[in-house]
Amino acid sequence: MTLQFNDETFRGDYSYFNTERAIKRLPFPFDRDEYMYSVNIEAHPGGPKGSPFEFRFDVDEHYISEMKDRAITLDDDPLRCQSLPHMELAGWDLLEIIMVSKAEDYPDLFTLHRDGNRWHWINRPLGIEQRFTFLDPTTLPCGPMEYITRQTQGDFALLHERDGNLWMDAGMVTSQADWSLDFDIGMNFFEWHAPVPKAKQMGVFDKALKFLLAMQQGQSYRRLNWTMTVNPRLDTSPENYHKWGPEKRTITPENVGRKQHLRIELQSFWRLPRSNAIAFPIRCYLACLEDICTQPKWGRRLHRVLRDIDPTLAEYKGFAVNQETIVNYLSQFDDGAPTSPGIFPDA
Amino acid sequence: MPNTSFSPSIESRPTYAGLVPQGAAPSIMIADAEGAEAILDLVDRDAAVLDQAHLIYIPKGAQFGSKLAELGAKGYHEEASLDAAMTLINRLLGAAHMGTQLYLAGSEGMMGRISALALSLGLPLDAIQMEHRGSIGRPMQCVHCKGVTQDVTTDPFTCSHCGLTLFVRDHFSRRLGVFQAVCVDAETPGVIPETQEITA
Repeated sequence: MTLQFNDETFRGDYSYFNTERAIKRLPFPFDRDEYMYSVNIEAHPGGPKGSPFEFRFDVDEHYISEMKDRAITLDDDPLRCQSLPHMELAGWDLLEIIMVSKAEDYPDLFTLHRDGNRWHWINRPLGIEQRFTFLDPTTLPCGPMEYITRQTQGDFALLHERDGNLWMDAGMVTSQADWSLDFDIGMNFFEWHAPVPKAKQMGVFDKALKFLLAMQQGQSYRRLNWTMTVNPRLDTSPENYHKWGPEKRTITPENVGRKQHLRIELQSFWRLPRSNAIAFPIRCYLACLEDICTQPKWGRRLHRVLRDIDPTLAEYKGFAVNQETIVNYLSQFDDGAPTSPGIFPDA
Repeated sequence: MPNTSFSPSIESRPTYAGLVPQGAAPSIMIADAEGAEAILDLVDRDAAVLDQAHLIYIPKGAQFGSKLAELGAKGYHEEASLDAAMTLINRLLGAAHMGTQLYLAGSEGMMGRISALALSLGLPLDAIQMEHRGSIGRPMQCVHCKGVTQDVTTDPFTCSHCGLTLFVRDHFSRRLGVFQAVCVDAETPGVIPETQEITA
């Protein structure tokens, strides 16, 4: 089936929507009826046909509109894309892995011809055709990381490995859950995670860093993370918090089903071949509570997870102020029946 | 006055181990206000640290200038302000050879700014020592307008650049030498918690 792209917005009138197909393939982040941090890492890609886990870089119906939203954010604030000088090679690594993957996985949408270092890239959905010399930045309109991530859904961080740690030395970050690349760039793994409550004491970061440092060439993994966002807004940045913050207080029992969104992050990790850096894409999926509750298993489970969650996490994830309204709404979808294990909806 | 010890409220807050003499290695020493006392203590433990030292002092009204001048560093430079001292500091850091030690003592704002500069010029982290003395005012970067407000001693506080009312997030950047500060009434404009003095 050829992908149809939605014409939609992630700001202003918020015309974003999910088709039925998009809802059913959501990477629902809860595999049980409760939630606490874990290092929930598994191999990537790999998963049911049609799921967002099937291919290395998932392309879905929101592709074109998300790329337009990224361009608007970058025009407003060019600091959302930064790369320290030693990271250009990692940018080429990322460009290569994305172009090769997309051309193989979506041959009707993307094509890559390679003749030595002379490359020819065709991106049909965005109407882009580019001939360039691989590893020669003067042959692209911008740096390699910026070039390819303006054409790829999700935020991207490039992590440089040295001194037994990972350093966030480059990134493209326009759909973030309230963190600032401009502030965090140059930080190590523990420094950029400092604002996360509880996890450090639980040893989550030590384990995660050990895992990442042990990643070998050619390996890639994924994990799911989540938060809650009012309105389908991609740019929930701290920079603009005073602009989107007031929207968080507009939730009522009448509008919560359409306005309150579950924000799912499909995070993946890629050891890059030339730079030995790790690419860390953070792909965001948004679904309003109404969308979620079309799947009875998800409605039941989300009610239980958000009702019983540790208050510290409700605060950190930013929905404590609306938790009661959300849980009241969701309770109508929870008949108390048991839920099946795993994240996929019941057939 | 001893090295300041802090409440554990901010986990990412840098810890300042205090100055330890590294012998007669070439060094750059920068102190402001009560930071002078940390330099005096350092010299007390091993006077050899002065043999190849440039000592820069920004008094900010404190009265330690003559004592520091008498120590006999290779070069002693008293400066009117940190901004005024930056040309000299850039020159010294830019010309520093491998093995040069950087001793910083005094306010968090000065130490954060100079250590960030030194790191950006390629000085290794383990060649930088810091000791916090005097004011507990902190350097804050407004995440909205990116302006830095120095010597902040209240929570919340008013950004000296854009005027938003900001609270401190538990987040410190060594690259910038500042804490992150975020609008406190973003969700409910005008509803601002009572101002509290930061005590430590």
